Amino acid sequence: MRKFVRGNEAVMIGAVYAGVDAYFGYPITPASEIAHAASEYLPCLGKEFLQAECETGSANMMYGAASAGKKVMSASSGPGMSLMQEGISYMAGAQLPGVIVDIMRAGPGLGNIWPEQGDYNQAVKGGGHGNYKNIVLAPASVQEMCDLTILAFDLSFKYRNPAIILADAVLGQMMESIVIPKKVSDAPPSEWAVKGDAETKNNLICSIYMDVDGQEKHNVLLNKKYEEMEDDARAESYLTDDADLIFTGYGTSARIARSAVDILREKGIKAGLFRPITLFPFPSKELNACASGKKIIVTEMSNGQYRDDVVLHLENKEQVMSVSRMGGNLPKVSALVEAAEKMMEGRA
Amino acid sequence: MIKRSTGLYEEFTRKGGTAMRATHYCAGCGHGIILKLIGEAMADLDMHDDAVFVGPVGCATFCYYYVDCGHISAPHGRASAVATGVSRVLPDKPVIAYQGDGDLGAIGFNNAFQAANRGDNFALFFVNNALYAMTGGQMAPTTLAGQVTTTTPYGRDIVKTGYPLKVCEVFETLEAPVYIERVSVADTKRIMQAKKAIKKALKIQKEKKGFAFVEILSPCPNNMRTDPVKEAERFTEIMERTYPLGNFRDRSGEAAPVPEKVPIRTEKELTAGGREGIATKNDPSFKERKFKFSGFGGQGILSLGLVVAEAAVSDGKYVSWMPSYGPEQRGGSASCSVIVGGKEIGSPTIDDPDVLVAMNQPSLERFASSVKEGGVILFESSIKADIALPAGVKAVPFPASSIANENGVPKAGNTAFLGAMAGMGLLPFKEKDVTDALAESLSARPLLVEPNMKVFEAAKKWISDNVCRK
Repeated sequence: MRKFVRGNEAVMIGAVYAGVDAYFGYPITPASEIAHAASEYLPCLGKEFLQAECETGSANMMYGAASAGKKVMSASSGPGMSLMQEGISYMAGAQLPGVIVDIMRAGPGLGNIWPEQGDYNQAVKGGGHGNYKNIVLAPASVQEMCDLTILAFDLSFKYRNPAIILADAVLGQMMESIVIPKKVSDAPPSEWAVKGDAETKNNLICSIYMDVDGQEKHNVLLNKKYEEMEDDARAESYLTDDADLIFTGYGTSARIARSAVDILREKGIKAGLFRPITLFPFPSKELNACASGKKIIVTEMSNGQYRDDVVLHLENKEQVMSVSRMGGNLPKVSALVEAAEKMMEGRA
Repeated sequence: MIKRSTGLYEEFTRKGGTAMRATHYCAGCGHGIILKLIGEAMADLDMHDDAVFVGPVGCATFCYYYVDCGHISAPHGRASAVATGVSRVLPDKPVIAYQGDGDLGAIGFNNAFQAANRGDNFALFFVNNALYAMTGGQMAPTTLAGQVTTTTPYGRDIVKTGYPLKVCEVFETLEAPVYIERVSVADTKRIMQAKKAIKKALKIQKEKKGFAFVEILSPCPNNMRTDPVKEAERFTEIMERTYPLGNFRDRSGEAAPVPEKVPIRTEKELTAGGREGIATKNDPSFKERKFKFSGFGGQGILSLGLVVAEAAVSDGKYVSWMPSYGPEQRGGSASCSVIVGGKEIGSPTIDDPDVLVAMNQPSLERFASSVKEGGVILFESSIKADIALPAGVKAVPFPASSIANENGVPKAGNTAFLGAMAGMGLLPFKEKDVTDALAESLSARPLLVEPNMKVFEAAKKWISDNVCRK
């Protein structure tokens, strides 16, 4: 079945088919429609929706419900994401699964409610205190807002680690037609959880290791897990096989770059697009396979946060330039086309 | 002989070290007594297998060394929020949270207060020793007036740092809590009363009757730099002047409130409303068309875009719809962008529309210059447009509001524009899909369908009479 829905609603459609048990959240533009849909859907399914007193509260409610082995989620934007970082760090430390959707808005501080991608480092590099990583997925369509929410739950349970859907206000607010999933996912195994029964009463959910060696051992274990996540790196390439110039961007930036690729192809310039779907694990192999040594234009709605990772992962990074916008402005297709033409002519 | 307490682990292996039966608590500290009372009450009530214990930060972090049940260790101040989360997904299991006075009274006060106000279903034990113990004896919200701590070296000045926080008295103002009592573990007589209150709170939790709160005054001779025995006496005398013991509320005899029922639905029912049998068709020959709809909020701009989008979806096209949102939606101007394509759509936002519909002057002024060469601007003819329209663009002043008024639905200006676009051949898909989408958009107000159809036809006719024949 097809349905024409808003990106934020698609997140909750994905979540109910992923078998989400509980949603804890606090309203914030431009993410609130996710809470609206959650409050409409979950009680009817016998699941839990609770509007928390603050995002610190929602993150810790997630921590509690995830400790019981349940599928939990929340959604927010900039300032709310900052408040959730304490809880997310604890979830990572205690190895708890959970999905957090960040519908990015402009910042820092209060900023505004228009689309930006300035939370890249916060999501991809950890965000809270301590040595940890989040699984980070970057949808670029309303269909992916649904599908990657399901994948986020799967990966989050597979690795017992928080997963973040890093989307932005464009993806949250826009509508597209999606295929509704057919089947509700099963409950994953959670023998590690505290479920209030005789089987799990000796389990302990915590992130405290009072002796330094114990803490380090735990850190090493977590890092090993982050390395294993590389198997789940995902990316999409568009017309890259014969391309002389590769755009790379994620989410809305990738959509804009795709339009630029089409226009350049019509003009006879062989342009392509590399779009990471997982930002952590970063699709390093995939990036190098299609872009290393080529002319590369990085496009993003932030101050080079994504470019820094592209440069970090690229083996041959001689020809990399950047087109970015901030503050709620989007890169213009025409600006990308112009930059590509200049680069191809050797003017940039 | 000291009776071996029930409800605690036989050996405290999580603590480590050699003294497997000794707690890590200092002499004279109340925590060991309180945990023993909780463990014993849990044993009496046969709760050990079912209970989930949420521990705090501070000296009581290590509740999981001792109490024989499932444990979750919460961040500083968040035990109430964590317990809320657990109790919501394990509604039949007893949930216990344990917090100190800095933890609950300061950093986590709102989480505890809001949980109490919601009547969240857990027992909350609040240990008040009038200071931060583990971090080194700093001032807590509960620190007494004049009390010397490591951050009030001259004594707590209530003018600068506020009054001792009386949590039972604050919670007593809330409707939802079932049970509120303040007890002490400073001496044997008081311990016996504390035991009763703790057991009562756990029984309420076993019966899942709601939020039960027990504040426990607990001496901390180590941080008060006093002898445990002397401290107990002094503590009782000075603490109980500010924090009188006693029961504040006991509604445990009443039945637990039952939440309102909501209709039960399946995932499929909840996400229904879509359409079967529609596939998106790849058609590279179809030239992407970009529409910008704009006007005042309340003129139906967003729904006009949606009708066009839904019609295009029915026709198997790739479609994106992007609204203005937030404050723009609530007064002032509204706009939306619709892109219809024969392949996956790139940017869902539009820099250069093929078609601009402007229902008010500010929108016309804002967007007219962006319209692509060869594009079309349809604008409400009653607005004054004294702007230079871009060259190579066809601009059509269109009397949408008069057509809507003439047909008795003044609010259907948006439908008139839909008819005008259809009349001008700007909607590159089947007209039936357009009228079906229009009817569907009015499904909540069926009486409006027919007059809107009339507006649609009248608009088409106006275009045919006034534009296409020219």
